[in-house]
Amino acid sequence: MDWLPTSASTFAPQVDSILWLVTIISVVSCILVGFLLIYFVVKYRRRSDNDQTPAITHDSFLETLWTVIPTILCILIFIYGYVYYDKYTTPTKGAYEINVTAQRWSWSFAYPNGKKTFNELYVPINKPVRLVMQSKDVLHSFFVPAFRVKQDVIGNRYTFINFTPTKEGVFDIYCTEYCGISHSDMLAKVHVVSDIEYAKWESGDSADVENAYAGMAPDKIGEQLYSSKGCVACHSIDGANGVGPSWKNLFGLEREFIDGTKEIADENYIKTSILYPVNPPQGKVVKGYAPVMPSYQGLLSDSEITAIIEYIKTIK
Amino acid sequence: MQIMKFIKSLAYPSEMLPPIVEEESHFDPETEHSAAKLGMWLFLATELLLFGGLFAAYAIFRAKYPVMFAEGSANLDVVLGSVNTVILIFSSWTVAVAVTAIQENKIKLVQVMLWITLICAAIFGINKYFEYSYKLSNGIGPGTDIFYSIYFAATGVHMLHVFIGMAVLGVILKRTYEGRYSKEKFTAIEIGGLYWHLVDLIWIYLFPLLYLVG
Amino acid sequence: MTDHHDFDKNYLENGKGFKSWFFTVDHKRLGVMYLWAIGVFFVLAAIASFLIRFEHLSPGQTIISAQTYNVLFTLHGAVMVFLFIVPGVAASFGNFLIPLMIGARDVIFPKLNLYSFWIYCAGSLILLLSLAAPVDTGWTFYTPYSIDTGTNVILVTFGVFVLGFSSILTGINFIVSMHKLRAPGLTWDRLPLFCWAAYATSLLQVLATPVVGITLLLLIGERYFGLGFFDPAKGGDPVLFQHFFWFYSHPAVYIMILPAMGIISEVIPVFSRKPIFGYKAIAYSSLAIALISFLVWGHHMFTSGQSKLINIIFSVITFAVAVPTAIKVFNWLWTMYKGSVELSAAMLYSLAFIFLFTIGGLTGLFLGALAADVHLHDTYFVVAHMHYVMIGGTVFGLFSAIHFWYPKMWGKMFDEFKAKIAFTLIFIGFNIVFFPQFILGTQGMPRRYFNYAPEFETLHQLSTYGTWILGVGFIYMLYTLFKPVGAADSNPYRSVSLEWQMPSPPPTLNFKEIPTVTTSTYDYGTKVEQEA
Repeated sequence: MDWLPTSASTFAPQVDSILWLVTIISVVSCILVGFLLIYFVVKYRRRSDNDQTPAITHDSFLETLWTVIPTILCILIFIYGYVYYDKYTTPTKGAYEINVTAQRWSWSFAYPNGKKTFNELYVPINKPVRLVMQSKDVLHSFFVPAFRVKQDVIGNRYTFINFTPTKEGVFDIYCTEYCGISHSDMLAKVHVVSDIEYAKWESGDSADVENAYAGMAPDKIGEQLYSSKGCVACHSIDGANGVGPSWKNLFGLEREFIDGTKEIADENYIKTSILYPVNPPQGKVVKGYAPVMPSYQGLLSDSEITAIIEYIKTIK
Repeated sequence: MQIMKFIKSLAYPSEMLPPIVEEESHFDPETEHSAAKLGMWLFLATELLLFGGLFAAYAIFRAKYPVMFAEGSANLDVVLGSVNTVILIFSSWTVAVAVTAIQENKIKLVQVMLWITLICAAIFGINKYFEYSYKLSNGIGPGTDIFYSIYFAATGVHMLHVFIGMAVLGVILKRTYEGRYSKEKFTAIEIGGLYWHLVDLIWIYLFPLLYLVG
Repeated sequence: MTDHHDFDKNYLENGKGFKSWFFTVDHKRLGVMYLWAIGVFFVLAAIASFLIRFEHLSPGQTIISAQTYNVLFTLHGAVMVFLFIVPGVAASFGNFLIPLMIGARDVIFPKLNLYSFWIYCAGSLILLLSLAAPVDTGWTFYTPYSIDTGTNVILVTFGVFVLGFSSILTGINFIVSMHKLRAPGLTWDRLPLFCWAAYATSLLQVLATPVVGITLLLLIGERYFGLGFFDPAKGGDPVLFQHFFWFYSHPAVYIMILPAMGIISEVIPVFSRKPIFGYKAIAYSSLAIALISFLVWGHHMFTSGQSKLINIIFSVITFAVAVPTAIKVFNWLWTMYKGSVELSAAMLYSLAFIFLFTIGGLTGLFLGALAADVHLHDTYFVVAHMHYVMIGGTVFGLFSAIHFWYPKMWGKMFDEFKAKIAFTLIFIGFNIVFFPQFILGTQGMPRRYFNYAPEFETLHQLSTYGTWILGVGFIYMLYTLFKPVGAADSNPYRSVSLEWQMPSPPPTLNFKEIPTVTTSTYDYGTKVEQEA
């Protein structure tokens, strides 16, 4: 049955067992109600306008029965839900802590070793992870269907998620608290990798990252980064106005900023805008747009920025 | 012309209504009186819940920011607040006297008492005006911090109720001169009085919570 | 002006033209006007939902932009909730029926009733004025987004604030009417269950609405003065807003559904020719649901960041509210047992209510279970659950009422056969729209998503095709209702309830003499030795 998404955490099978339990209860109850309904309608259909009917007003036994049984079932479901929820919310000692910052419309992750990633979360397999999350602006919600975990992310207060991934692979992260125009593009990926891979990634040997790009032209790399780093959420490539200016025909265009100054969009302008998007004196916000872009400082390497610039040049 | 008639009809809808409503009520006066009172009590319950929201916010934020609340409260004018409290309690008493008086057909006394109540309400408003403008001129307003936001929101909504109460009592006062009330027909005065007691009651809670913290 | 003491004239004939309606204090005319108003708003919000569904035919942009999409789901939600379903059955059929059912000539405060209607109109207008810069917050106005967005949040929230007064005043009117105006002999345990449901609804309206009133007032202050209660940047707490909001909006769910349950409790006995099974259980469970519903608001917030203990408490109470609901379902079913069941259009809608509401209720169990809700919260599962309760429940109940009291309200009959065809289309269409959404949600499709992953496409398309069937069925239902066939008797279904013992349509003053009630409202069948 694939009505359930991939199960990739220790919490997932527990949630699934509740889903199965309640589904079975529901299907049985629905069949019971549906059967009684149709049976009564057929068996006691009106035969003449003067049908004699008995004036039955109540039946203590039946009413007790259908009070007690639902009550028992409800208690059962509650206990199931509570026990697993209790496990899920209790942090494991020594869990691997990752700081998560949500911002319209991207996720950034800071690891214990000082590493930072953007819209890509890396976690080791079979190791308890604890996310410590905060929002920079409005409400967001961190949701990984494969892990069955979800938690709202709020400003000025930390919220937490605990999970232990059990399956290697790449899984979707969704924002599930409505946060504005690009809410449905506030996507990210979680990479569950083996301990060896993880150690390699952690030690800064980003060979696999470099390898992934091996033999690719810079503008093609830029094209991949455009979606994987979340640029796509705000900048269109077809000229449509998004939250930020479109990248179409951007390169070489004269830009006018909210303080009235002007500048040609060249390599240095684009690099400055990526690293210091809104903070004066370097940052320049194009007229007609809000100063909402997050800084990518520490999130993109120099070669990646170059690749994005090369990509922008190709968008005509 | 048509438009004027329409506007007038908004102000005095009863004149536009089928005459049955005004002339021949289909309920007996006893039912009407007790029904109006029950309705008013229900309405007062909604008012309490409205302020309940503010009190809940107060409790939550005071627990979160005790120092801010103590400091903010210390900056409020306790003397002016106390004077206003006394004035409102007094006006509640005058309304109560008016309600008793009408049941003894003492129209003159009702009018005097309602006048005093209205004057008290006006003095309360003037005091509040000075308090607000003093705070605002010192650069303190809603949004300065959570305490002042609560202060302005709660006293502001309360002030709105004072105005509504004044309007209600004013209309009732006007109608006493038109001879609309007697010891047989005094429902409006009674429920108007109930409303004024509520306005008073809420202030009695607001005053210590805002002015006398710590 | 006509002679208002004329008992030979029915309420529809008594005066013509705009003024005779808009300035009337006749509860029946007010009920009819509410019915028209909620009907218009229902169509408006339904059009928005059709566009939303059409947009989902393919991932990415199909016909509308992301901003338009966000505006449309906000409009759909706000209009459906605040203009259609909250006033809904209670204001329309409540106004029309309660005085008839309790044997009174009007509600206790007829003028106040008229003012409530005017306030409702004013609030609706204010809310719709916001369309000049349409709001994109979702109907829940969650902070800090609603503080931050550049759209017209103040107008919408003020509109809802104004509508709240209409709700409160109507509630007060109904409660006091039922206390003071019941006909002689109409004791509480003889009162029709629709009245019990309306009573419970009114209690909720009176006690919950002021809280949303102050919440929205504070939200306006937040935008206007920067109060900061709900803004984390100013030391405020957005979760507090959610607590305030759901403290109203969860009871509001029962404001929406209880009157529909009342309708079902009226329709099924008549078309089964049997007394309602377990009168007391249904009556008291209405009150129990109303009271418990004040204590479960936190189950909308299991993933909001409120404390674990609070979540556990809310989960327990949520399951407690499920039990009285289950009781009602079996009581309705057992009413047909050994009856004489006629499958009229009104009965079909009522039976469909039982079935769909059962699904809606059962899927609520998934969401009440803490661990499962962590996965399902804010996905399409919630969307589907909510629509099974609100459409499968309330709207089917409303349609049942429209068909059932049609002869009484208009003095005419409609074409039963055509109405049944319309019902079939609506029933099938509804299930095709919303059942796939349970699966979508379980698979992790978040709600309020303009764009979606390609793997969800098939189910989304299926859901969209369903709306077309639903739309056709709905239009056909309206067509049938607008084409009456022949005049109606005073009591075509041989009901024993009070409102059927007068001409159709009722005279302006309802009763020439206030009747004296001697039996239960459900006095059907012959009393025989009860079988086990």
